[in-house]
Amino acid sequence: MNLSPDNIIFWQMGYFKLNATIVYTWGLMLVLVLGSKIITRKLSTELQRSRWQNLLEIIVTGINQQIEEVGLKNPQKYLGFLGSLFLFVAMSSLFTIVPGYEPPTGSLSTTAALAICVFVAVPMFGIEEAGIGRYLRAYTRPTIIMLPFNIISEVSRTLALAVRLFGNMMSGTLIIAILLTITPFIFPIIMSALGLLTGMVQAYIFSILATVYIAAATRARKPAQESESEDRKNNINEK
Amino acid sequence: MDSMTLIAIVSIITAGLTIAIGSIGPAFGEARAVASALASLAQQPDASATITRTLFVGLAMVESVAIYCFVVSMILIFANPFWNHVIAQAAGK
Repeated sequence: MNLSPDNIIFWQMGYFKLNATIVYTWGLMLVLVLGSKIITRKLSTELQRSRWQNLLEIIVTGINQQIEEVGLKNPQKYLGFLGSLFLFVAMSSLFTIVPGYEPPTGSLSTTAALAICVFVAVPMFGIEEAGIGRYLRAYTRPTIIMLPFNIISEVSRTLALAVRLFGNMMSGTLIIAILLTITPFIFPIIMSALGLLTGMVQAYIFSILATVYIAAATRARKPAQESESEDRKNNINEK
Repeated sequence: MDSMTLIAIVSIITAGLTIAIGSIGPAFGEARAVASALASLAQQPDASATITRTLFVGLAMVESVAIYCFVVSMILIFANPFWNHVIAQAAGK
């Protein structure tokens, strides 16, 4: 039994392996990039718009709104990063309706890569917004004793992001694989419908958590809102 | 009983116990979270967007504990490092 799509190898030459994770990741990237390229080729501001443009507008404004609700003042700046995270994870679970497809997020290497992207992006946005001194000083809040714990929480939440997404996706495919051997009729279809739902929820959660982390790193360093932001940061750390 | 059988028995029992015990806590926690979210939704339907978003994020946080247990039990069953070690040693002899 395959625990992850890493084990399905299409092509191998010496050290280089072309496994299902890489193939499906590139396929997804192609679909996303080419799809949005084709749709945005003829945008219009008329009353009559193409269906696909409407779809993209709904997605983009929806993500924008969600980012703003979490508390980032300038959502356009973060839309590129957070939006592509969401779209990639969502599409990778949405494509499970295609037979023979394995979601690349069911491999720990993909989810670890995504989580490391978040791990790198949080301090980048934080430093950009608050300056390096004030960003680094936030690690010593409320006292200097909390410094190691703040650093640990930074690492452990990255690990949690990766393992959460991996576990959810892997459990979905695994449950369907097990059910196919026990009850090959109808019931796996219900479970794959449930898998679509959990995939969407996980995509939402992954991107909203990334948004919350970025918001905690950027918003907060303004001196006027110090006490409020401190509360928020503590809440996040407790999770 | 040789070490191979022992490792197999311990791994299987531990995998079952891990997912059994590890899912009780998150189940209770999620139930309480959903119950109080429903209560606050009934009290303040206007704040439904915020409540729902916070509920989902919180549920994911709680559920991740169960997911960790699931991952550990799956590793014990399908990708057990100790089992692989014993198999490799047995093959080497």
